[in-house]
Amino acid sequence: MNRSANSLNIALVGNPNCGKTALFNRLTGSRQKVANYAGVTVERKEGQFTLPSGQHVQVLDLPGAYSLAATSPDEAITRDVCLGRLEGHARPDLIVCVADATNLRLHLRFVLELQQIGVPMVLALNMVDAAAKRNIIIDRNKLSYALGIPVVETVAVKHDGAAALIAALDGTLPAPPQPLAENSDLHTMVRDLLATSVSVPRRTAEIDDAIDRWVLHPVWGLLILAVTMFLMFQAVFAWAVPFQDGIEVVVGWLSGVVGNMLPTGPLRSLLVEGVIAGVGSVLVFLPQILLLFLFILVLEESGYLPRAAFLLDRFMVGAGLSGRAFIPLLSSFACAIPGIMATRTIQDPRDRLVTILVAPLTTCSARLPVYALLIGAFIPDRSVWGPIKLQGLVLFALYLAGIVSVLAVAYAIKRFSRSQSEHPLLLELPSYRLPHPRDIFIGLVERAQIFLRRVGGIILALSILLWFIASYPTPPASWTAPAIDYSFAGRIGHALAVVFAPIGFSWQICIALVPGLAAREVAVSGLATVYAVAGAGTEGAANALSPILATQWSLPTALSLLAWYVYAPQCISTLAIIKRETNGWKMVAVAAGYLTLLAYGAAWVTYHVAQALV
Amino acid sequence: MQLSSLTVGKQAVVKTVLDASPQDMIARRLRDIGFVAGEPVSVVAQGPLGGEPMLVQVGYTRFALRRAEAARVRVTPSSI
Repeated sequence: MNRSANSLNIALVGNPNCGKTALFNRLTGSRQKVANYAGVTVERKEGQFTLPSGQHVQVLDLPGAYSLAATSPDEAITRDVCLGRLEGHARPDLIVCVADATNLRLHLRFVLELQQIGVPMVLALNMVDAAAKRNIIIDRNKLSYALGIPVVETVAVKHDGAAALIAALDGTLPAPPQPLAENSDLHTMVRDLLATSVSVPRRTAEIDDAIDRWVLHPVWGLLILAVTMFLMFQAVFAWAVPFQDGIEVVVGWLSGVVGNMLPTGPLRSLLVEGVIAGVGSVLVFLPQILLLFLFILVLEESGYLPRAAFLLDRFMVGAGLSGRAFIPLLSSFACAIPGIMATRTIQDPRDRLVTILVAPLTTCSARLPVYALLIGAFIPDRSVWGPIKLQGLVLFALYLAGIVSVLAVAYAIKRFSRSQSEHPLLLELPSYRLPHPRDIFIGLVERAQIFLRRVGGIILALSILLWFIASYPTPPASWTAPAIDYSFAGRIGHALAVVFAPIGFSWQICIALVPGLAAREVAVSGLATVYAVAGAGTEGAANALSPILATQWSLPTALSLLAWYVYAPQCISTLAIIKRETNGWKMVAVAAGYLTLLAYGAAWVTYHVAQALV
Repeated sequence: MQLSSLTVGKQAVVKTVLDASPQDMIARRLRDIGFVAGEPVSVVAQGPLGGEPMLVQVGYTRFALRRAEAARVRVTPSSI
């Protein structure tokens, strides 16, 4: 696949946390492509670069693995590509085995295991700068002689850090290493290699020990975690505001320009009210999503996230999850799609499935516009205690409801499933590292692309569809009620209103729910379209919507809709990703079914309790 | 003794890893990541609730293991 006649195919292979992806970024820069391996949900990262001699190189960044005896789909891919067993993938011409120079006791064993494959190999001792700081001395020549393969030093985060590796690749390929004797004891061989070629004054970095004493402390550790999470969410909401305002200004300007250019008619209506208003109302969330990912990436690269998983594991096991689920669930606060994709790091299939099923319950940023709109319209802006506002409290309660639901649903699944097998944790806590801006940046660009592809595809299509069903068919001249009543949207809304009347939803809400089922945030632009087209407002802008809703809806209806949105509707993209990640429709049906039931139930209770109290 | 019974801060040396079931992938993985006879290990920290999971130093690496995983590893405490 993608193999041109004269390009060199190399694969980066190594243990998790060896700095492989940073080295990949260093080699290929932005010339990389992220896709999936056919039929499985393992991310396939491929890039390319050119050697000084003009030789073209295709690089595959294989998932980190501890051993060729795979225990996860990721590790199985690494094994199959290395052995040339994966269909459609030629066996690499050369394997660059990446090892963390500060962690050779672990990483050299995998190097020896890979030598058995019989493919030309180069060992890259990565992070030699960190090793030097810890006075770890590695005799590269001795090591190279003993292993029978070239050994180069790399510092993936330094500008010229891959120069030695590039030089080693330029020219004739090294001969494949001699296979080891049958039944060699790899661990004994590693110990011998370390004894002859490596001097390590101290097994761990002093700085790691010092930080971990605080960060993993039963009391201080949890406190640090809570404060970190609190600051993160505060920053996400506070820092995103100027960027969001900027996007709104641009969208408003664009809609004005387009509106003035075109004559009044269906085309202008489609572009201004359908496309620009629809896509714009979603694009506004890009800053928040990127900021959240910025924090997650920094925490991940620094080595803190596995510590958080360590601290929370016991709590999450109590709820039927694993500490490893912390990272995917945290990502789900930005968007369930990357969150569900991140469950790939959970090796245990049952733990992974439960995490996938509960991930849509975390309050993703797509719910925010709905929450913000309704809270702004219905919750009075008054102080409860000092700087604590009632509106903020309600938002906090909605987030809390999401978290409590995650734990409750996971616990219910644990109680009802009969699985007695053991679900291991076996999680490495890597050394702390200063995240490199380049790696963070590349990670952010990847996330932004996923989000924008979604906006460009499904959300654009839905905005146009929604505009169409809200505008057509046009009523006859004798029609006296609002035009939207006559449209497809009006008819669908009226039909659905029968089902949703018990939870207080009007037909306008029902119309907005239809696209909201496809992508949550579209419900806001849906409401905007419905009320703008229905003549209740002059412009389709969402900020004009708040006063309209405040006069047209009762408080119980608003609260009921908030409760509905804590659980459902799931967006189509989330369902699509669940299908892809679980390879079937069954879990899609389970997730959609239970979420809708919970949503209806929660909204019903909320509506009736609120009616009794108000 | 079992690694899961080792107290925080105490040093020990791995004797062996026992399979808890036939084809025990967890035991196999423990051996792959360095829990082999003669390897020094220590428990560095414990989780905030019920001492679960435990953080084990083996070689130059730290792994978080649940007690059930650590119980597969038999160790001899070092006499210092």
